[in-house]
Amino acid sequence: MNGRKGTGGARGKGGPGQGKGEGQQRRPMFRRRKVCKFCADKIDDINYKDTKLLMSFVPERAKILPRRISGTCALHQRKLRVAIMRARQLALIPYTGE
Amino acid sequence: MARKYELVYIVSPDATEEQVAELHGQVEAVVQRMGGQLEKTENWGRRRLAYEIGRHKEGTYVLEMINGSGDLMKEIARRLKVYDTVIRQLIVRVDEHERVAEHKRTRRTESSRRRRVARGLPPDRQPGEGQRSEFEDDRDERFDMAEDLR
Repeated sequence: MNGRKGTGGARGKGGPGQGKGEGQQRRPMFRRRKVCKFCADKIDDINYKDTKLLMSFVPERAKILPRRISGTCALHQRKLRVAIMRARQLALIPYTGE
Repeated sequence: MARKYELVYIVSPDATEEQVAELHGQVEAVVQRMGGQLEKTENWGRRRLAYEIGRHKEGTYVLEMINGSGDLMKEIARRLKVYDTVIRQLIVRVDEHERVAEHKRTRRTESSRRRRVARGLPPDRQPGEGQRSEFEDDRDERFDMAEDLR
């Protein structure tokens, strides 16, 4: 069955999404259910030194990717945030995009 | 009570090898004097900084794992602040995190073993037995909504 998260997201997009999309196709109603990467991969401690992992949650503007997009669970998002903030302090990860 | 800390500091790229070694010596001396112990040292070498600190674009990273008291770490932090070759430092207490992670790991393996035994399987997963295929291609679509943010 489709997860609740997936349908909710698709419905939210439905109305306003049509307005801005010119060439953009209507999103299909079915969305893959998002899974928390850290739960799926069984990563227990999110380390600030693991730049490669953290960078996948920091898109170009260098903001932390929100849970509603990455699908990370609350517990791991909290730990991820701390790790990213530490990595930023050490200049391993940028505070802002260029 | 002995606690476990991680200290990372960034040495300015202008500093010579000897200066880096001297800083390490300083840290070691303080640890010795205040009854801690230096568990591990790692020099990550020269790395590019993600942003400029002062006028520096690069830095030498040094990681030290230290067992000791909070006062010891305070003293180290104070001393490192004095040197202008040290451009950034971070101290993190890690013993609690490690304990929690360890606990979780053992809990997980135990419960999975229990469930496997209940299903009449050997407690450990056999090679070639996998259930991961369902998630293997999820990476490409994981962030497909990220562009809506900007």
